[in-house]
This record gives sequence, C-alpha cells and structure tokens, in this order.
Amino acid sequence: MSDATKLYAQNGDPVFPRIVLPEIPNLAQIETYESNGGYGALKKALSMDPAAVTDVVKKSGLRGRGGAAFPTGLKWAFMPKGNEKAKYLAINADESEPGSFKDRQILEFNPHQLVEGILIASYAMGIKAAYIYIRGEYYKWYKILEKSVEEAYSRKYIGENIAGSNFSVDVYVHRGAGAYICGEESGLMESLEGKRGYPRVKPPFPAQNGLWGNPTTINNVETIANVPAIIWNGAEWFAKIGAEKHPGTLLYGVSGHVNKPGVFELPSGTLLTDLIYKYSGGVIGDKKIKMVIPGGSSMPPLRGDQLEGVKMDAESLKGAGSAIGTGGVIVMDEDTNLTKVLLRITKFYWDESCGQCTPCREGTGWMKKILQRMYDGGGKVEDLDLLVRVANNIEGNTICALGDAAAWPVKFTIQRFRKELEEELASQERSAAA
Amino acid sequence: MFTEENLRRVEEIKNRYPKPMAALLPVLWIAQEQFGWISEETMHYVGGLLGLPFNHVLGVVTFYTMYNKKPVGKYNIQFCGNISCMLRGADNLIEHLEHKLGIKVGETTSDGLFTLKEVECLGSCGTAPMMQVNNDYYEDLTSEKVDNLLEEFRKQAQR
Ligand SMILES: Cc1cc2nc3c(=O)[nH]c(=O)nc-3n(C[C@H](O)[C@H](O)[C@H](O)COP(=O)(O)O)c2cc1C
Ligand code: SF4
Ligand code: FES
Repeated sequence: MSDATKLYAQNGDPVFPRIVLPEIPNLAQIETYESNGGYGALKKALSMDPAAVTDVVKKSGLRGRGGAAFPTGLKWAFMPKGNEKAKYLAINADESEPGSFKDRQILEFNPHQLVEGILIASYAMGIKAAYIYIRGEYYKWYKILEKSVEEAYSRKYIGENIAGSNFSVDVYVHRGAGAYICGEESGLMESLEGKRGYPRVKPPFPAQNGLWGNPTTINNVETIANVPAIIWNGAEWFAKIGAEKHPGTLLYGVSGHVNKPGVFELPSGTLLTDLIYKYSGGVIGDKKIKMVIPGGSSMPPLRGDQLEGVKMDAESLKGAGSAIGTGGVIVMDEDTNLTKVLLRITKFYWDESCGQCTPCREGTGWMKKILQRMYDGGGKVEDLDLLVRVANNIEGNTICALGDAAAWPVKFTIQRFRKELEEELASQERSAAA
Repeated sequence: MFTEENLRRVEEIKNRYPKPMAALLPVLWIAQEQFGWISEETMHYVGGLLGLPFNHVLGVVTFYTMYNKKPVGKYNIQFCGNISCMLRGADNLIEHLEHKLGIKVGETTSDGLFTLKEVECLGSCGTAPMMQVNNDYYEDLTSEKVDNLLEEFRKQAQR
C-alpha cells in the first residue's frame, strides 16, 4: 500500500489526524517511509531560511511532549544564532515515567519521522551533532534506531551536505543504563558526558551551557516527531488541531484497570472519560473508578467523581487540579488499596532519587517509612498530616523536579481521599488499642 | 582483554564525542556484553582505555542499575513491580516466580541459570504485567505464560 496522502496526515481526516503514528504498514522501513513522501519535509525545510523553520514551529504552537509542555519554537529560539561554539541537540528517549509507554511506539513504528524531525531541528538551530539518549532497557528499539540512522546516513540524509545542501550534521544513538533521573534534562546531559546522572542547578540553562558547556537543546521523541508534519503542512494547519493553547495530537497511554489498555493518538483536549470508556473499553468488570493519574505517576491524582468533563490538554488539566505530564493515564478501580499505591509510587521516587538534595533524599525515605507502617496496619490518623508536612518540605526545595514528582502524588491523594484514609487509619488505631 | 573487534568499536565510539569520557557508558556496555558483568578488573581496564581514573568508572558503574556488579544467571529476569503492573497482578507473579525458582528477589539459582530482580517501570504499562529477560520483553504475562517461558529457557540452556 502506497498512500502518499497519509504520511504527515496530509489530506487526513482533519478531525482525527494521525500525525506521528499514521496507519501505514511497514512504515519503519525506509523504502516505505520514502515512498509515502517521507524526507520530503526535510527537503522543504532545507529550501527555507533556518530562522523561518523555527518561526513555523513557534507559530504552530507545538509544546513539548516530555512532561512540561514547554513551547518548542521558543526553546529553539533561545539557542544562540552564530557558530562560535558547536551546538548540540539531545533527544530524550529515556521514557521512564511510570505509566508512560508512548515514545516507544514512535521508535517502533515510525522511527524515520523522528530522524527526519531531528534533521529539521538541527538545520533550524545550526546543530553540529544530535544524540538520541535512549533508556538502556529499550534494547530492541535501540537496535531499530541504530538501523534507521545508518539507513539515513547511507541515503545522505545525515552526514556532510545533506540532501545536496550545504548543511552538515551527525546523529548518534546513545544508550543509558538504568536510571530514571537521566530523563531529567540536565541529568541526561551529565549521563551523556559519561558521568553519574546528577541534575545540574539551573540557571545556567542548556541553551547557554549544555553538553560540554556548549549551547544545547533537549527535546522529547514525540515532540520532534511532530516537526516534519508541521513543516510540510504549515503552522496554521497544526494550530487548528485539538486544544487551542496546546494544539496537535497527543499520544495517550492508558493502563491499569481498563479492558483494552494501549496508546491512542488523538487530538489534544480529548475527554478523559472518552479515553477510558470509548477507547480503552471501560473499567474491568464494570467497576467504578476510585482514582486516575492523568499524566504519568508524577502528576496529582484525580478522584473518580472528578473526571466528568475533564479534557486532556495542559491548560484544562491544570484547571482540574492536575497536569498533562506525559499523557500516561493510570486507571484504578474502586477496590484499589490507596496506601499500597502510594507506597509503591513513593518507593519508586525514593529508589530513583539521586541523593543530591537533602529534602528529596530524606523526605522520600520518611514518606516510604510512614506509608509502609500504614500499609502494615500500624498507622495513626496523624500520619496523614505528617506525610503532608514531609511532602511540603520537599516541594519547591530541590534542584530538580523529581522532588515535586515525589511530593504531589502523596499530598494530593491525601487531600482528595482524606475521609477514606482517616477512616482506615482510625480503625487501625482501634485494633492496635484492643 | 577486549576482542580486536571490540577494540575497533571503542575507537569508533570515541569519535562520536568531543571528549572521550562520553564513551564510558557505551564502552561499559561492550564490556558487559563480552564478560557478562563488570568486575573491578574490567573497570581498571576500561578506565585505562578512556584515560579515566578508576574512581570515576566505579562511581558510574554503581550509579546505573543495569550494569551487573556481580555475575548474574544465564537468564536475568527483571520483573516490573511498578504501579501499572502492580494493578494487574505483578506481585502475585513475582511470588510465583520466587516459588517456582526457589529463590528470593535479588538471588540467583544455584545452577546459575536464573537471576530474579524486581525493577521499576519498563515502559510497557499497557501490556502489564511484564518482565524483561536479558534484552527481551515478555508482556501480558500470566502464571501459565511464565511457566512456559521458564520451561523454554531450561530447554534452550541444554542445547
Ligand atoms: C525526574 C524527571 C524525569 C524525566 N523523564 C523524562 C523522560 O523520560 N523523557 C522526556 O522526554 N522527558 C523527561 N523529563 C522532562 C525533561 O526534563 C525535559 O523537560 C524534556 O525532555 C524536554 O523535552 P520537550 O520540551 O520536548 O518536552 C523528565 C523530567 C524529570 C524532572
Ligand atoms: S530533587 Fe532529588 S533527584 Fe532531583 S537533584 Fe535533588 S536529590 Fe536528585
Ligand atoms: S508499570 Fe510496569 S511497565 Fe510500566
């Protein structure tokens, strides 16, 4: 099947475009990608002024898909213009946020669109070398990426004078080795330089002082995979898809107690309840929902009765008291043990804390200890306030956002499920007294 | 210590970065591929290849969970115990594995065939519960599937 109208969502259903995961069989093969028009956006970009490419991305309204939803064009514009110092691009394929399994779909089914996006971004910013930092566990996808990059080299899309232009860039795949903190952008850079992945104090920001002290941009896989379609179709096309302030499609990963978990590419602003009931087949056994974490384990959880009308985009979720994060939706049914969930999540952050900041290192340990005591049946009602105090002491007092990520689930679960948790703890106190 | 081929790969990898230190993680991967784990001797050797002090290499090896600081079983079972997998019964399957293999999480069977670890989210939450064995992912697991896989690995090991 060679349907040239589908890649980059050209002429696709304007309501339901599939921008980064088009339904084209064997798209991971370079022949298929090319025969569907692939690398056409790169050629188009190369005929434009680099600054004009950044401008299109800016006007499109594209925002980062790695968790913080930062405007991508603006980030690119922070990079210095000249070539006094070599400039670098790092692609974040660390994907380690619990509940997130979306970038992997791009790596498996559409790796060349990522490579093409990297090349366009590199041209726009005058990048000398781009490094794709992929988590060590993703061995299969590391192999796919290595092959895709090699193929692109052999067809002169990467290397010297790419596609006949006077622009040259190198692209390398770099494998991590198991550390969640290396997904944090400055931890990633430290790791790429061959060190422990300790996040850096900011400022200075990467655009001034990044890899090896040089100007660097870090972008997520999904963010960059959107770029070829934006260049091909124009900023206005993209800006009209989905939510006004956070346009485009998002890869929503739904997991937990649903009948058909999976990754769905849908316009931003899709209803959370549609994701759960329409696309993921509803809750197993038709049970009620107790809690949903809408954007990966670091984001504030929502109560089952808070889901109606909630739209899945950065602004709407902020309004609903959570955040879009990575778009990884974790659904928990009415029988879920909240203490067990919090204990598991907290154990994760405690495990993954790099230990540089005392509030994060000690605070995660304290929270874990209290939650373990509650889980073992030895909790007290006052433990809830104690947990909130520890969480508040972490939040905002650390070098990187892992601290906040550890604090939010605990703090907001207690805030939103106070009654249930108090009852449970009161009964624990009664049985301890008896 | 490295094979000719691996030494050639080290040179190629060093060329990818402005500083040789950046080649440390990739070169440690090559070492683990060749030796199965990373001993102190290997750390000295890798440090020598890249011009890095032993303490730097040690600090890096101990920071990253995927570098084996001691030998592991022929089949290194890394079971995801994080939230989405837990919601779909990972705990029970980990217990099942402990029972089947006669070891606890963190241990290796006496025949050196299996190591069992509990790990954090592996990016397969939609196909939970799941595990990684050496480089490969096994998803949508049930106790029957786990049993069949163990059988399969045992057979493979005999060949
Ligand atoms: C603890 C922590 C872990 C992170 N992990 C990832 C990750 O695995 N992948 C990712 O793209 N961004 C991750 N981020 C966000 C990055 O720091 C960064 O914002 C992002 O890669 C920028 O890309 P974007 O602007 O395209 O979203 C993480 C942040 C924190 C604080
Ligand atoms: S907040 Fe935690 S993970 Fe981040 S730098 Fe501080 S100690 Fe390390
Ligand atoms: S929680 Fe197990 S793979 Fe994500």
